[in-house]
This record gives sequence, C-alpha cells and structure tokens, in this order.
Amino acid sequence: MASEALANSFRTQPDERGHFGAFGGRYVAETLMPLILELEHHYRAAKADPAFTAEFEDLLEHYVGRPSPLYFAPRLTEELGGAQVWFKRDELNHTGAHKINNCIGQILLAMRMGKTRIIAETGAGQHGVATATVCARFGLPCVIYMGSKDVERQQPNVFRMRLLGAEVIPVHSGAHTLKDAMNEALRDWVANVHDTFYIIGTAAGPHPYPELVRDFQSVIGKEARAQMLARTGRLPDLLVAAIGGGSNAIGLFHPFLDDASVRMLGVEAAGHGLDKEHAASLAGGRPGILHGNKTYLLQDADGQITEAHSISAGLDYPGIGPEHSWLKEIGRVDYTSVTDTEALEAFQLLCRTEGIIPALEPSHAIAAVAKVAPTMAKDQVILANLCGRGDKDIFTVAEHLGVVL
Amino acid sequence: MTTRLATAFAKPHPALVCFVTAGDPEPHHTPAILDALVAGGADVIELGMPFTDPMADGPAIQAANLRALGAGTRTGDVFRIAAGFRARHPEVPLVLMGYANPMTTRGPEWFAAECHAAGVDGVICVDLPPEEDDALGPALRDKDIAPIRLATPTTDAARLPAVLEGSAGFLYYVSVAGITGKQQAQLGSIEDAVGRLKAATDLPVAVGFGVRTPEQAAAIARVADGVVVGSALVELVGEHGADAAGPVRALTAALAQAVHSARTVAA
Repeated sequence: MASEALANSFRTQPDERGHFGAFGGRYVAETLMPLILELEHHYRAAKADPAFTAEFEDLLEHYVGRPSPLYFAPRLTEELGGAQVWFKRDELNHTGAHKINNCIGQILLAMRMGKTRIIAETGAGQHGVATATVCARFGLPCVIYMGSKDVERQQPNVFRMRLLGAEVIPVHSGAHTLKDAMNEALRDWVANVHDTFYIIGTAAGPHPYPELVRDFQSVIGKEARAQMLARTGRLPDLLVAAIGGGSNAIGLFHPFLDDASVRMLGVEAAGHGLDKEHAASLAGGRPGILHGNKTYLLQDADGQITEAHSISAGLDYPGIGPEHSWLKEIGRVDYTSVTDTEALEAFQLLCRTEGIIPALEPSHAIAAVAKVAPTMAKDQVILANLCGRGDKDIFTVAEHLGVVL
Repeated sequence: MTTRLATAFAKPHPALVCFVTAGDPEPHHTPAILDALVAGGADVIELGMPFTDPMADGPAIQAANLRALGAGTRTGDVFRIAAGFRARHPEVPLVLMGYANPMTTRGPEWFAAECHAAGVDGVICVDLPPEEDDALGPALRDKDIAPIRLATPTTDAARLPAVLEGSAGFLYYVSVAGITGKQQAQLGSIEDAVGRLKAATDLPVAVGFGVRTPEQAAAIARVADGVVVGSALVELVGEHGADAAGPVRALTAALAQAVHSARTVAA
C-alpha cells in the first residue's frame, strides 16, 4: 500500500477526501457540495499563506490572551495522592473557553473568501458567544441558532450574544437542543450560500471542518507541549480532556499523537449513567451519518438519532468528531465516561483545592483525573485541559446542590 | 425495476411526481394517501422515509417527519407500505427519498435488497453526494434500482459529470438553493438550467422545490420532463390527518390536469 510509508504517523489524517480511516467525509446535500469544495480550496491556500498564520497568531496573542498558562495544581495533586496534576488554562482566554481559538481562525477564513454574513449553532452558548465576539470585532452580521430549550436554560449567554450584536434565533424543531440548532444552521446556509459563512463550533461536520477546527485548536497542544518541556524537561505521561464534539480534546491531543510515551484519555459525558440517558457516543453509540460526517452516533436500530443528555449543555450532543472515532478504533486514544454526579463532585473539588471554578465540561475531565491519578506513581505527570471557566454554570450547579440563588 | 420510471417519462405529456412522507400521520393512513395520488393522476410517487434530522427540509416536511416518527413509524413500516403499493399498482413507479443514515444503517446491501423485494424503482438519498456514493449506489444498481441524483443551482459545469455518473431513472433538479417548501425560483432560470442539464444527459429532468400550485406546475412542465410537488401535499396531510386522502386527491388532480396539458394549452 502506498500509505505504508506514513503508517508510523498518527498526524497525517484526513486523506484527500476528508476521511479519517472509515470516518469523516462529506455527507451533505448537493447544494452545499460546491461550497464545501470551495472552502477546502481556500483553506489549503490560507494554511500555506504566512500572512494568514501571522494574523491568526497576532490575534491569539493580543486579543485572546495566548499563550494560556500551564499550571501545576499542588493541592489537587496532594489530595489525590498520586501523579502530578497539571492544567492547560484555556479557561483564561477571552470569552472564557477554548472556543474563541477556532472562531478567530474561521472568521479570518470567511473574510478571505469574501463572505459578509456569519452563522453558527450553539448549545450552551459558549461557541455562540465566541462567534458573536469575533463578528463584533470584525464588524460582520451574525446569526446564532440555538435550541429553544437551551435558550431557556442559558439566559446569561443569550444576553451576552445579544449585547455583542448577534441575532439569536431559538430553534423549535426536533428536540429543541444543539443537534436541532445545527440542522437549522445548515438550512440557513443552504439557502444563503452566496454570502454566508458557517462557523462550526466543534471538530465535526463535513470535511474540511473537522480538519480546520482541529488545526486552529491545536494551538492548545502545541503550546502545552512546549511549555511542559520548558518547565519539566519531559513530556506528560497522560493527557486528559472532556469530549462533546471533541474540539478541545483534539486540540490538546493532536500535537502529541506521535509521542509514543504519551497516553491520552478522552472523557465523554455519561449523564445519568450509560444504562440511562447519556451523551457518550463512543461508549453507547455506533457508526452512522449525521451533520455531514460519518462518526459514532447515539441512534436506534433504524438509524434514527436519539437524544443525548448531560448536565453540561456543551457535551449534550449525540455525535462526536470523526477523528475521535478513528483514534478510538485504532486504539491510540482511550475513552472513558463520567456521570453528571461525578462531574459535579469534581467541579467542587477544583473550587476547593485550587481556587478555580471550572466549567462543567472540563469538570468531566477533572473527574477522570481524580479516578486515575491515585493509580499512578508520584513522579508521573497528568496534563488535563481546563477548557472553560464555570461562571456560566453556577446556576446549574446551585440547582443541583439544592441552593436557591 | 427502472423500466417503470422510463415508461412514466415516455408518456406523451410531462410527468407529475408527487411526494408524501411514509407513516404520516400514522403508518396505516399512508396507503389511502398513496392511492389518492394515483387516482388524482400522479405519474411517479416519491415516498419519504422519515428521519429525526431532515436537514434539507423546510418546516412542512420536518413536521411530517416528526408526525410519522411520533406515530411509531419504523423502517419496516416504510417497506410494508411500499410493498403494498406495488401489489395494488403494478405499473406506477415508486421512489424512496430520504437521508443516508436510515438508508445505510443496516448496510447498503440490506437496503437495496429490501427495496428490491418491495418493488421500489428508485432511491433519492439527499445527503449522499457522488463523492461518498461508493457503496449505496453500486448496491442499488446491482438490484436494478435507480440511484436518482440531485442537481442544484450551485452544481456547475465542472461538477455536473460527477453528479450524472452512475445516476439513473431521472435527474432531479432542485430549482432553488435552499430547503423544501420555500420560495420558487424564477422560471427563466429554471428553463436555462434544464437546458444545460438536458444538453449533458439523456435522463429525463424533473424540477422540484417550491412548486405549490397548478399554475406554477404548468409553467415548469412547459420546460421540463417532470414536476415534483411535495410540501403542498404534505401540508394537506398535516391539516386533514386521517381524512387527508380526499383533499390530496383533489390537489393532485388539479396539478395533473395542469401538468399533463401544459404543452397543449397556450402559455
């Protein structure tokens, strides 16, 4: 096989048709196909253009606040009594999460393509806020589709998006959550292909989105790898990140994929439990086709998509980025899951030990760290991605703890 | 059998293609609605396979999908409806239209075999472009079922050969860049597009998306081989539910009259 020569690298996916092994691809209606091909063409050119990279990096430094710190968590490490726990502090970014990295990259691409109108989907509202932010920064009109159920439970973020000048459209179709918002954004796009750019929020969707989102988010792993080497002279033993669609995880993992000594753990949302309602597509789903890509999906025997559940609206999606499906199948990354209850305990653990209020999404990663660190030696190093801050989640957490605000 | 489709488009008049969603409002209502389409004069029947996430569809067909699924419609019901239709109407072509995940979830060969057993003539898979059609298309052709592809206003000359490669039955021209049931395109642009497509293929060209009234259908029938009407019929099913067969037959008859006589009546 011609690919034998590259078989030792895990960093050369996808192939020229956008496939990560058997996953990924371009499963879209014919109306969108020419646009997807055009996007790929422009992305290839942008990627090869030093001016594009320079502008992206300048904005990440001076607008987003990168590089984000690499932080050793001494009291959490002591409490867990095993491996050293380090965090990549992407919650300190402008807008409070890793989402902004990708939005900066995509809006630069949109302007390069001459598009004058931006649309996006959002679940918890973090990607919607990040998209509204970059639209305000560059003066482009912005329409955010958000499930009407999420609009109700994420009012502060809806207000933020509107303050930033975005139009937030509640989606009443389907189950009124993230996947329906994505359907509606695709419907808008197909009707407005001439002037509209769709900023997808996670490393999923039709090729080239999984690749370009991964590339923009890989700044997380590139920085972390260099910072860890500079600070400790060694690579971490284990990387841990939460997974909804999987953009923060692939952003951390990808630059380390060819470092054979580094193990990786992706953490899905087990919701009420894997035998009940959950959002763990890899643990509880099987391969299928949705939203432009082939990947693991929560679905019934007929291929009808089933509803996901997680306490974290950002993980509440019945699919996962196609590169994770591939990394699971080839065994390079391990995947596990954490329940709502475990995530809530980890949320409080980090508040109490480190004075950091994490978002509920990385609280899943912290819960996995709390399980695995005690099984590891004290000279081993865990690096977890703290991909968002928890200000947005205090109402949800208060409700679950029985506290009336 | 693809010959049923060829026969329908070989009639001396343009073809009326009618779409309804299987299982809407409930699976046991669909046979009477399909019979009403035939009685009203439809030349080709498109039967929608309900899906939880119909991304290319507008509000009317989205609602029909949810009604059908809410009534417990399963893939097995869709094939039972198709097989019953074939038994009652041996000559009327039947096309399944839907999304890739329900069609491929048990494997493309399984789906093609079920279509064959149920007497289905063609399949339209909305979110399976030619670039990803290396399994379903061959499986369908192997059973003599036509993979029917979509061409759109964004399908340029460079792309058209890829769309036509391996397609059969007829070519479905989506006249607007958008979702089902919304605005209709300008007639002039439709005529231009059909002319371009017919220069590139011997397949009949049927035009759909946004066609709602007999007048619109007649205008398109003057320039195309077939006219597809979906959302307007689906809205009648939504409005009349279990009693939809009568109104569906009435609208179909008006559309058929307009389409079939389009080229004999002065424009």
